[in-house]
Amino acid sequence: MIALLLRDLKLAFRAGGGFGLGLAFFLIVTVLVPFSVGPQSSLLSTIAPGILWLGALLACLLSLDRLLALDWEDGSLDLLATAPLPLEAVVTIKALAHWLTTGLPLVLAAPFLGVLLNLPVPGFSWLVISLLIGTPAMSVIGTFGAALTVGLKRGGLLLSLLVLPLYVPTLIFGAEVARRGATEMETQTPLLMLAGITAATVALLPFASAAVLRINLR
Amino acid sequence: MSIAAKANALWEYANPRKFLATSERVLPFFWITSAICLVVGLVWGFFFTPDDYKQGSTVKIIYLHVPAALMAINCWLMMLATSLVWLVRRHHVSALAARAAAPIGIVMTLIALATGAIWGQPMWGTWWAWDPRLTSFLILFLFYLGYVALWEAIEDPDTAADLTSVLCMVGSVFALLSRYAVNFWNQGLHQGASVMRAAAVTGADTEEKVSNIYFYPLLLCIIGFVLLFIALVFYRTGTEIRARRIKALLARERVSG
Repeated sequence: MIALLLRDLKLAFRAGGGFGLGLAFFLIVTVLVPFSVGPQSSLLSTIAPGILWLGALLACLLSLDRLLALDWEDGSLDLLATAPLPLEAVVTIKALAHWLTTGLPLVLAAPFLGVLLNLPVPGFSWLVISLLIGTPAMSVIGTFGAALTVGLKRGGLLLSLLVLPLYVPTLIFGAEVARRGATEMETQTPLLMLAGITAATVALLPFASAAVLRINLR
Repeated sequence: MSIAAKANALWEYANPRKFLATSERVLPFFWITSAICLVVGLVWGFFFTPDDYKQGSTVKIIYLHVPAALMAINCWLMMLATSLVWLVRRHHVSALAARAAAPIGIVMTLIALATGAIWGQPMWGTWWAWDPRLTSFLILFLFYLGYVALWEAIEDPDTAADLTSVLCMVGSVFALLSRYAVNFWNQGLHQGASVMRAAAVTGADTEEKVSNIYFYPLLLCIIGFVLLFIALVFYRTGTEIRARRIKALLARERVSG
């Protein structure tokens, strides 16, 4: 399992572009927002938590179609499926690798982009906390979507159509935590709900992903 | 007939030929009764019920809005049930019925959203508000779109049926989650459930329930929509079965010729 994780991490770092691309996309989305809504700092600081959450979500989405497709094309996914490691574990490791290479950098970059959008000071810690708790769910849900569309020639757009509705609960509670944190309101309820969604998806969704992958590998 | 025998009789319809024969025999009945229910219900509702003292004649949108919204949700439930049957018992008719129902569900959702917007404009002064009920219907619409898109994208019919079934089940969980998430996220303009109250069973006319004057034609419209939905699903499933047969025949011809 650790060997597989290391392999996926190495591939993400070395195979050009995959790693930094999500971060660069996050940066560009955040920079484009003031151009589209205007530079008033009061407006920007109101919408900053939501924009940062949406940007992180889209950046996460961007890297999903590479998650399983490369292994599918060169046949290593077939090998992994016949390996002694259960497919559920493979899928979980894949999601973990995706989180480490996409989710975690986004979490770390978010406060710096928060400065650009004039995020209120109390919002920074809540933004990082909410993203830290929410991004694993996004990786796991995304892995399910990637497993659904892995055999398709042009799965990218379909993948977004399938995955984005599944992101709705995570986005609602996550952005709510960040927004309430920025205005110094009580954050416990949405934070617990967000953590609950993450825990449930991490625990259950790999089984669905593995089942779907088995169907696709048949 | 015992319960087990009855259950066995139900599974006989997994045979496409038996399904086609029976559905063709009962289809005219469903078409005609749904037409009667809808025409009587709508005419009764539109022309022979008084205007509401507050809402005026706009209240009559209820005769389209409520049944369409009901069917939009029930259609997803039906797809969930048939997907489960497909995954457990591998009956092709079941998978095809789920496929046939999805576009009907999309249309029902659109009708509910559109009539809701038309109703909301004079009542709330806005076409659209990010109200929990409205928002969850929009999310349901997105789920339908994804489901149909996945069916269309995959060439092998059995793989497509498997994948869409799993998507339907996972999607149901997330749709339910979204429903509660959205409830938490914004308080709504939309009124609570007011059609099917306990009083509706006893027939008593109470404050929190839709008045009986509106309720009876509404009930007729709901029955009409249910029958229409059943007729459309039977009809479309029959079409899907025939399309599958034609494909098989063509493939056989290509092999032999």
